[in-house]
Amino acid sequence: MVNLALAWAERYQDVRPDVAIAVTGGGSGTGIASLINGTVSVANASRSIKAEEIENARANGIDPVEFVVARDAIAVIVHPSNPIDHLTLQQISDIYSGKLTNWQELGGEDRPIVRLSRETNSGTHVYFLETVVRLGQKDNNTFFSADTLLLPSSEGIGAEVRQNPNAIGYDGLGYVTDDMKTIAVGLTAEGPFWLPSIETVNSGDYTVARDLYMYTAGVPTDSVAEYLDWIHRAEAQAIVRELGFVPIQE
Amino acid sequence: MATIVPESRSKRRQVSLAEVLIERAIQVTGLSAVLLVILIFVFLLREGVPAFFQVPISSLLMTRWYPIEDYFGLLPLIAGSLIVTGGAAIISLPLGIATAIFIAEIVPDWTREILKPLVEVLAGIPSVVIGFMGMLVITPLFRTALNIPTGLTAFTGMVLLAWMVLPTVVSVVEDVLDTVPKTYRDAGLALGLTHWQTISRIILPAGKSGILTAFMLGIGRAIGETMTVMMVTGNAPRLPKSPLDIFMPVRTMTATIAAEMGEVAQGGTHYHVLFAVGLALFVITFVVNLAAAAVVFRSTQRAERMLS
Repeated sequence: MVNLALAWAERYQDVRPDVAIAVTGGGSGTGIASLINGTVSVANASRSIKAEEIENARANGIDPVEFVVARDAIAVIVHPSNPIDHLTLQQISDIYSGKLTNWQELGGEDRPIVRLSRETNSGTHVYFLETVVRLGQKDNNTFFSADTLLLPSSEGIGAEVRQNPNAIGYDGLGYVTDDMKTIAVGLTAEGPFWLPSIETVNSGDYTVARDLYMYTAGVPTDSVAEYLDWIHRAEAQAIVRELGFVPIQE
Repeated sequence: MATIVPESRSKRRQVSLAEVLIERAIQVTGLSAVLLVILIFVFLLREGVPAFFQVPISSLLMTRWYPIEDYFGLLPLIAGSLIVTGGAAIISLPLGIATAIFIAEIVPDWTREILKPLVEVLAGIPSVVIGFMGMLVITPLFRTALNIPTGLTAFTGMVLLAWMVLPTVVSVVEDVLDTVPKTYRDAGLALGLTHWQTISRIILPAGKSGILTAFMLGIGRAIGETMTVMMVTGNAPRLPKSPLDIFMPVRTMTATIAAEMGEVAQGGTHYHVLFAVGLALFVITFVVNLAAAAVVFRSTQRAERMLS
């Protein structure tokens, strides 16, 4: 998400040269912690603020206000030669938890399944664990199978999916290229199955998508309010599309 | 002797102040190296030891490593590091020693002048470049050639690490063979030994301690290597159960620290456990070096006894 925040800040210089915006990375937790400490005006986060973080902020005299600024679809990807083109959420969960180990069990070729995942420190990993592997159920304790390859970068996942017909991976829609195959995801075996796209994410049909947030300390005023207002406009949302994220509807 | 040295030293001191300063400077640099190692150790202890109080030892000895949900089983990581390092040593040592013998003893001088710098160039390739090449070229090759589910395996890590360790081993062993006196070779040949017999029975035993040093340096380099193994071993924290598991992914200690330290909350349990992993790495390298020093010390002692 830091790429998006940087791109916005950069473009905003052309709109309002008199407003200086400094962006630093470090993960959603770092951003929200800085907001609680009062060192930043806006915290970008790819997850919603936790209850304990709100408590901490209130204890510090800060009332965080949430804005959804863009959305991000997580695409499930396989090698182009893989005959499978759609899976249910339950099937994907069973693949990653290690219940399914051969593509044959899903109607594919007789090949072992090689599971690829982002590293555990990635927000995408946590989101995928909660939404897909644990099917969004709070009391579900399913784990990624210990055989799951944890790759440190999107490029690592891309390289392996492109060349290995056994592999299945997931990543932000912005990282998916033409030389891999995106899996359509459905909730039941009867379908319907949906491919991730701006339309299916915004209509709510493609469910493996998350909101990206900005948090401000209290209701924003002055330049911060103007900036957030600009971010919701078409010009800023076009950047969202350019970077492979899903723009929010006006 | 003892009476002469202070006298001459005092004379010199009058002559040159610069010399005293240089001596002191060298002393300080020498001591600072020791001091740095001690400081690193103290720092690792300070940050790593709390892990043993926050996480029970029985949990650290579990087989599941999933830090975001407080599973801190270190066994898969330690096993991963040992397998990849051991494999790299097994592959690189015979190759390295053979290459060194070839360069030092067999080829004519002009070939040697070409080969030696070439091997040293190999040492200068950044590990991320080797990792990237491994990811794009070696990985698909191994997957199809060995018919395994994925090429991101412990074995791929071993081969690439062996490749990275090779220049170290070759250079050190070659230097050692170089220091074996020419009279040894002459004596061997004069006794009617063949070229190979001279190499295997006289020159190699004479350079034994140096070869051991090369071995230890190689292992030190291999166990600490991070970038390459992170890119090609798949990083799955699974505990290997059979020898064939070298064709399965593993997660090493170094890759774990590199991948997770950036996002960890400072002062948290996960943070301390990562330092404990670093501490374990430090102890392993320390023991390896100590063992090497002990063996080298003993063999020099024996050599001195034989010569006296």
